[in-house]
Amino acid sequence: MALLEVNDLKVHFRTDDGIVKAVDGVSYTVESGQALGIVGESGSGKSVSSLTVMGLTRFAGNAIIEGSIVFDGKDLLAASDEDMRTLRGNDIAMIFQDPLSSLHPFYKIGDQLVEAIQAHRDVSKAQALDRSVEMLGLVGIPEPRRRIDSYPHEFSGGMRQRVMIAMALINDPKLLIADEPTTALDVTVQAQILDLIQRLQKELDTAIVMITHDLGVVAEVTDDIGVMYAGRIVEYADKEAIFAAPEHPYTWGLLKSIPRLDSPRGEELVPIPGRPPSLILKPSGCAFHPRCPYVREAHTKIDPQLAPAADVGNGGGHRHEVACLLPGQTRRALWAALRTGQVPDQVLENVDVPETAIDREAVGEVLAPAGTEVADGVVAAEPVATEPAPPAVTDGLSQDAGPDAPRR
Amino acid sequence: MIPFIIRRLLWMVVLLLVISFLTYIIFYTLPAADPAALRAGRQPSPELLASIRQTLGLDDPWYIQYFKYLKRLVLHFDFGYSYQNNISVKQQIFDRLPVSATLAFGAAVVWLLIGIPVGIISAIRRGTWMDRVAMGGALVAISAPVYWLGLVSLYLFSKDLGKFPIFEGQGAYPSTGSIFTNPQEVIPALIMPWFVLAASFAAVYARFLRGNLLEVMSEDYIRTARSKGLRERRVVFKHGVRSAITPIVTILGLDLGILLTQAILTETVFNIPGIGRLAFDAIQKSDLPTVQGTVLVGAFAIIFLNLLVDIVYAFLDPRVRY
Amino acid sequence: MSTNGKSPLIEVRDLEKHFPLKQGIILQRQVGAVRAVDGISFDVLEGETLGLVGESGCGKSTTARLVTRLLEPTDGTIVYKGEDIAHSSRAELKPLRRDMQMIFQDPYSSLNPRKTVGSIIGEPFIIHRLEKDEGARKKRVQELMDLVGLNPEHYNRFPHEFSGGQRQRIGVARAIALKPKLVVADEPVSALDVSIQAQIINLLSQLQRELGLTIIFIAHDLSVVRHVCDRVAVMYLGKIVEMADADQLFDHPRHPYTGALLSAVPVPDPRLAREKHRQVLGGDVPSPTNPPPACRFHTRCPKAQDGKCNVDEPFLEVKEGGNLAACHFPLTDEEIAARVPTAAA
Repeated sequence: MALLEVNDLKVHFRTDDGIVKAVDGVSYTVESGQALGIVGESGSGKSVSSLTVMGLTRFAGNAIIEGSIVFDGKDLLAASDEDMRTLRGNDIAMIFQDPLSSLHPFYKIGDQLVEAIQAHRDVSKAQALDRSVEMLGLVGIPEPRRRIDSYPHEFSGGMRQRVMIAMALINDPKLLIADEPTTALDVTVQAQILDLIQRLQKELDTAIVMITHDLGVVAEVTDDIGVMYAGRIVEYADKEAIFAAPEHPYTWGLLKSIPRLDSPRGEELVPIPGRPPSLILKPSGCAFHPRCPYVREAHTKIDPQLAPAADVGNGGGHRHEVACLLPGQTRRALWAALRTGQVPDQVLENVDVPETAIDREAVGEVLAPAGTEVADGVVAAEPVATEPAPPAVTDGLSQDAGPDAPRR
Repeated sequence: MIPFIIRRLLWMVVLLLVISFLTYIIFYTLPAADPAALRAGRQPSPELLASIRQTLGLDDPWYIQYFKYLKRLVLHFDFGYSYQNNISVKQQIFDRLPVSATLAFGAAVVWLLIGIPVGIISAIRRGTWMDRVAMGGALVAISAPVYWLGLVSLYLFSKDLGKFPIFEGQGAYPSTGSIFTNPQEVIPALIMPWFVLAASFAAVYARFLRGNLLEVMSEDYIRTARSKGLRERRVVFKHGVRSAITPIVTILGLDLGILLTQAILTETVFNIPGIGRLAFDAIQKSDLPTVQGTVLVGAFAIIFLNLLVDIVYAFLDPRVRY
Repeated sequence: MSTNGKSPLIEVRDLEKHFPLKQGIILQRQVGAVRAVDGISFDVLEGETLGLVGESGCGKSTTARLVTRLLEPTDGTIVYKGEDIAHSSRAELKPLRRDMQMIFQDPYSSLNPRKTVGSIIGEPFIIHRLEKDEGARKKRVQELMDLVGLNPEHYNRFPHEFSGGQRQRIGVARAIALKPKLVVADEPVSALDVSIQAQIINLLSQLQRELGLTIIFIAHDLSVVRHVCDRVAVMYLGKIVEMADADQLFDHPRHPYTGALLSAVPVPDPRLAREKHRQVLGGDVPSPTNPPPACRFHTRCPKAQDGKCNVDEPFLEVKEGGNLAACHFPLTDEEIAARVPTAAA
């Protein structure tokens, strides 16, 4: 049984501008001792899904949470607030992006560490202090006995993040969620922290969920990767498959648009045109379609769901799922062309993308009047209940999901 | 910290000098009653006036008068004598100081005891009826002029005149003793004045704390505290309120410093013999030494309390370093 | 310094900027200083993109502000068009402002929220008294908006109505409005989403080609710098420790700090990630108020030798391959191959 199983999680927020579908049907699993990477940009929902696992979304008054989260056999969404509290900082811990603002500025770090222990264990302050010193030593803070009495602002950024890690691991959690833990740090410090996280993971056998936008970080630290876009996981596979044989146009876009130290210097960056979509007015059909170079008519009417990418012939039961309506063969041909260095325009000339053939397993909701055939063999069933139109947004400009510039 | 304190104390001296100088100039240049005439009584003869002028040194040029005044003040701690009744200014002020202090600090206790819980509850229960009632009440309390509030409370609750006679009314403050020596008379006399004076401050502090706490509760370290699995009460108080309340210390110092000599309206309505009344009367009667005395004492209180709260703030917030 | 046949647009020599630390009861005496930039020399060649990289506190942003004279240096010279502008007055600098412009990091706070986009981009014309006719100015502004990929019809919108990437484009449009010779871009893409970064990077490259700009590109993200820049200078604690052509620097870094930086960058390739023996630098960056003596890097350097590195300050010298590096014991090819997995074999 997996340590953490998230199934069709939906987290929507009621706001004055409408319902923000921050997480819109996300499923993933984390096994004991394993590392899962969740990759996405701002607005992808990557943080919200983890905050919901921690039960922290309950504190925002306007959240609607559906789906299921099962941790170590316990149903977290049905758990009481008190049950969730006993899990937080104990069995599941989380570290965040900015270590300076994440520590209380008025209390010594020793006190903050002791507090983390005494919330869950019945020990004396002296015992808690000993454990705190031990943890500080474990994360590589020199002279821990002395630095117990320091305040957060007396540490450097890297040291503070180490303190956060110590605080998170102090009760030996089974799962550690790290939300962009190194984004605010310098490159050499980032290397230190990633090294530390990996080392501790092996020593303490903690499962990790690493949330980041940095594909380099997940390449180093994780086993499996889920790529998120507009509140959904659009591709889910083990690390090797994601980098060697990605199957979703968004993943391709990410891989081709980032400058890398290991690719030829002159190679052009191919940006993904347009902007991440509004989570209130999501594009119809496939959420990525306004920015996808390989879009077809049918993709504007069919909402894709995660389906196995056919060619999982690499043995070992490795999972590779992708939420894309393009036929598997077409996808593989497109990637084969892209990885030789061609840009999407060239690829479209060389690879035939069929008009109406689609990957049938990836078909989710079909938004069309009943009876219409939106693609080969896909007929809309009963009319889909349309949601009431959300209140008019002040100006469609910021939410405009269309490309805002010719390809540059 | 020590160089900081020394620097502030030196500044205090400079400020007090400047204030005393400005007060002098104002009195000297603004048309006001002739103190000699006030002192002399009805229909004084010119000779009487002249002799009074000479006694008071009013014929000297202003800078000589000022210099003499400073000399007396610094060397002998002598504030001079009231033009009105020839009583030592120092004595008058220091007689009334316990009264004003009791009024100010007592009101502070009341407004903190009311304002802080109200602010916290409003923030935690933001948007609920409790929050709306509290903030609505705060609006009323801030808008109501203190003398109006004082008169209304006398009308309603004063023992001799009120509709629901519960509390002591006007003139109940005993002529002898302070809160320490004569509490059985002082305290009942001050109950209504304390609450009336505290009303608008409690409202301001409640609103301020509410705003601060709401902001603090959205900070990252609150999210960390919750993710450590701390009980929500601990998160709100030990992490939230602890941060939100430090700016209150700063404004508390300022408010107390001002109130010490400026509670004129309350003192008038309830007939309390405090420094505020003294100052007001002195201004009306152009009694320069008394005015000067109260201004200096008031200024000293404000500056000193400000310094005190700045020091306290450094202990509350370890990031602050002087 | 290699010149590639181009002439220098700006020559910086021994530039210093110290921010004083004061203490005292009545009179504040200077007891020390934050030596943000502590004696650097470099040329900026016409038409090139010069990269300035380093971690926090290295002085790269201060250098950017010194070159554009938003700050006045404590010492040193900045020669532009034959004249030293290090201590020029504001009046003397004003005409130069047309030639030197800056793009800032944070697209959310560097635009005045109360001004329309049109007036933000049009302001340079007003300040320098060009295009007095409002109609002509609007036309120029809309041309600029089109050039950077914004819809000219959004002339009257406010910054908050745009996304982060679009706001950065507004900043770019404003910077190139008067066709400057030099653009200093201070971390122009750090605050943007990954997929938007490529758009802005491509935009800058294109504008450079079309307008013949010289760009100083400041960033902490080495992958971006490698992609964008012709030459790169690496800074550490207020000094330049290595300077070379981009190809040279990334394939054969000679300074151990450059090697550590390159080694630390996580690369999106699992195979490389598995195989590399990353060189993890210990410790933290020392404080710029009290930098280590002689070679600033010796406290963290894996190759530092006691008696030499903490006694003799190394100066920028030509090392093997053409890199300028300030080091007594530069990296050998074997060391590079072992520690920097992305360097050329």
